[in-house]
Amino acid sequence: MHQRRVIPGFGLSLGFTLIYLSVLILIPLAALFLKAAGLGWQEWWNLLVSARVLAAAKLTFGASAAAAALSSVLGTIVTWVLVRYRFPGRRLMDAMIDLPFALPTAVAGITLTTIYAPNGWVGAYLAQFGIKAAYSPLGVFIALTFVGFPFVVRTLQPVLEDFTKDTEEAAAMLGAGRWVTVRRVVLPMMLPALITGFTLAFARAIGEYGSVIFISGNLPMKTEILPLLIVSQLEQFNVPAAAVIASAMLIVSFMLLFSINLLQRWLDWRHR
Amino acid sequence: MSISIQSIHKTFGSYKALDDISLEVPNGSLTALLGPSGSGKTTLLRIVAGLEFADSGSGKILFHGENVVNVPAGKRQVGFVFQNYALFRHMTVAQNIAFGLTVLPRNLKPTAKAIRERVQELLHLVRLDGLDLRRPDELSGGQRQRVALARALAIRPKVLLLDEPFGALDAQVRKDLRRWLRVFHDEIGLTTLFVTHDQEEALELADQVVVMRNARIEQVGPPQQIYDKPRTPFVYEFLGNVNKLANPNGPAQYVRPHEIEVKFAAEFDPSLDRLAVVQHLFSAGPVAALSVRLDDGQFLEVEITRKQLDELALSEGDSVALGLPPTDRE
Amino acid sequence: MSHPDVTTESKPVRLLLIAGAGLIMAGLLLLPLLAVFIEALRKGWEVFFVSLRDEAALSAVTLTLTAAAISVPLNTLFGVAAAWAVTKFRFKGRALLVSLIDLPFAVSPVIAGLVWVLMFGSHGWFGQWLLASDIKIIFALPGIIIATMFVTFPFVARELIPLMESQGSDQEEAAITLGAGGWQIFRRVTLPNIKWGLLYGVLLCNARAMGEFGAVSVVSGHIRGETNTLPLHVEVLYNEYQFSAAFACATLLALLALVTLGVKSAIEHFTDHSRSVL
Repeated sequence: MHQRRVIPGFGLSLGFTLIYLSVLILIPLAALFLKAAGLGWQEWWNLLVSARVLAAAKLTFGASAAAAALSSVLGTIVTWVLVRYRFPGRRLMDAMIDLPFALPTAVAGITLTTIYAPNGWVGAYLAQFGIKAAYSPLGVFIALTFVGFPFVVRTLQPVLEDFTKDTEEAAAMLGAGRWVTVRRVVLPMMLPALITGFTLAFARAIGEYGSVIFISGNLPMKTEILPLLIVSQLEQFNVPAAAVIASAMLIVSFMLLFSINLLQRWLDWRHR
Repeated sequence: MSISIQSIHKTFGSYKALDDISLEVPNGSLTALLGPSGSGKTTLLRIVAGLEFADSGSGKILFHGENVVNVPAGKRQVGFVFQNYALFRHMTVAQNIAFGLTVLPRNLKPTAKAIRERVQELLHLVRLDGLDLRRPDELSGGQRQRVALARALAIRPKVLLLDEPFGALDAQVRKDLRRWLRVFHDEIGLTTLFVTHDQEEALELADQVVVMRNARIEQVGPPQQIYDKPRTPFVYEFLGNVNKLANPNGPAQYVRPHEIEVKFAAEFDPSLDRLAVVQHLFSAGPVAALSVRLDDGQFLEVEITRKQLDELALSEGDSVALGLPPTDRE
Repeated sequence: MSHPDVTTESKPVRLLLIAGAGLIMAGLLLLPLLAVFIEALRKGWEVFFVSLRDEAALSAVTLTLTAAAISVPLNTLFGVAAAWAVTKFRFKGRALLVSLIDLPFAVSPVIAGLVWVLMFGSHGWFGQWLLASDIKIIFALPGIIIATMFVTFPFVARELIPLMESQGSDQEEAAITLGAGGWQIFRRVTLPNIKWGLLYGVLLCNARAMGEFGAVSVVSGHIRGETNTLPLHVEVLYNEYQFSAAFACATLLALLALVTLGVKSAIEHFTDHSRSVL
């Protein structure tokens, strides 16, 4: 049955949207999965458990998780200060949060490398203590913290802004000290947003390429991340291997985003 | 122009919003669609406007005898005032009012001067002279409502539809605008259909009240008749305060508080009256409200004038005789 | 006499937290930003300007602008159409469509490049046909454009959808009852209401389009003076140890970032637009 609609443009806008989405996103992604599916399960398995892939996966997921965790801690402090306090330079601070998004990743990559290289501003200082920042897993961790930080702040910020102070007043009236109020009342209320921010930062870090490849040093088995492994497979014309690794990464990313969606939906439902 | 609605059905998925609705809105009348939320009144109004469509194959909407079911909303010449006015926020008052004239095809579009004059005329009509350059967010709720009305009237509509016209206003503004709209309607004489959930509003304003409930029409009639002779218990309870008296030998009896006559206990007539004890007296205002307990233990709300109260010299704990209206209802 | 506010921390704690946040911002964000400019000028203004006037640098700027000039308007058009379809109508699969629009955000830039190699590369689906027809997509401008379009796909739509959803359709319906047609409704009622959100989305889309590195790197082939966008040119210079030149070109991208942040923050300030991430 043809449904009549009052507002015009349904067929045109939906048709254009679907065609554009299919041609630009869905068909190319399907091409990737089909290419990867061309290999059997056994080949998939052999490839994914090969020492080099495992080492890259361990670094990618490990450094991403650690970076997302540090971003969460730093992001919570900065968000708290931005939302709750008034001080000179606050608007500038707020605007600067998004720098890691706005700064092209290649620029972030070469800059962080220069700062943390053994002869760099910070790197030289760390070298005195025998710490190697650039060209080591630590460098990957630093770059991914830089990249993930805004996700945490921008997820927490609206949530914290929406908190009315009455719950905190209630806690204070019941005799809770400020620290107890923050720890037992405010932080638990922020936790869902913090988990969402962590997951977004983590998901972004897994796929990150530009800001990492300069600082990592790209040594196979040591400082090679998964996206770089895909590129190197492609450059060696090992297209099926690149497709398999990419597909596996995509599946993980989609599952992460799906779990964020579930989390959000559950929270919305609980709020009602 | 008259509106005739003939056996309209509307379902949203499995939810029935309108179930076989037929209604006549006489030419020049001011008709209220009254009902609780979810009764289908707004859906009906939107179908008349062409903003929503009845289930295909169901019924007709006739404007002055002409079926408009297949006429698109923009060509029905209907003035529609939205619940929250839907004013164009980025336009001035004058631009809002002129909008319907400026979107006309070139050969029908009035000249800029004619549009300006029409806007001034409408501003004057809704008593907003001088506010033409304001933006909607610089107006009060009542002013916005009148801008929305002027905008709807600019296209010289054949019928005027208002969705909860006073819903978004404070109590005092609401009362003022209500009276103004009644006078305004009598001046311009445009067939008007409006939706409300407020029985007082419907009774005070309309020539004809349509009470709706659960996708159906419960009763149609002039306000006096709807109030005095409700056809169903729902209409009784929805319109004004009412006492529900359980009757062991038949259906419950509905009695409005002011319909009960209060007499001295000495005047008790066993064939007609009931005996009761005054439990609580509330007499701040022109009308005194009594809460009384009948001999069988049921509670009743009774309203009498202050004068009657003084004559009876009642106080809490006194016994009284109550004259109830006869039970025959149509 | 002081009135202790029960909903905030004591003054020393507040000052400590503000100082901590300042330190985080300085160390994590400000330091790299400063480093770009200091490294670029390390060998003086002359080297800086020579690096920018270099032919390969100019061609990289041109290529970056070209790719953005094509991909941003197309994605803007898509964003408006998608937001219109999704917010003005209710239909089956609507929620799925909204999630699919966000899909490219979950895709690593490298994979966003790889999918096009699998489609149009010499071993890809259309590889042989393209070779026979002498059409170059991968390692050429079309490849760079479609890779850019892939990564910047959701930006405009994602800004407009929540905005138009919250505005509802009342004003459009009012325009309909007043006799306006489809194009009149869009141009005179919808567009003025969404213009700031639209500008915001376009701004973010453009910043990402001009700065994209991973996806473009996979499809470009790094042909100097031909298929190097500005970020790729920076990479090439850096890998050739021409650090000052690399950072000189990087300042252009850093300035783009600063302008983007400035305009973004201005829009947020003047229109109560909620903050979005790129």
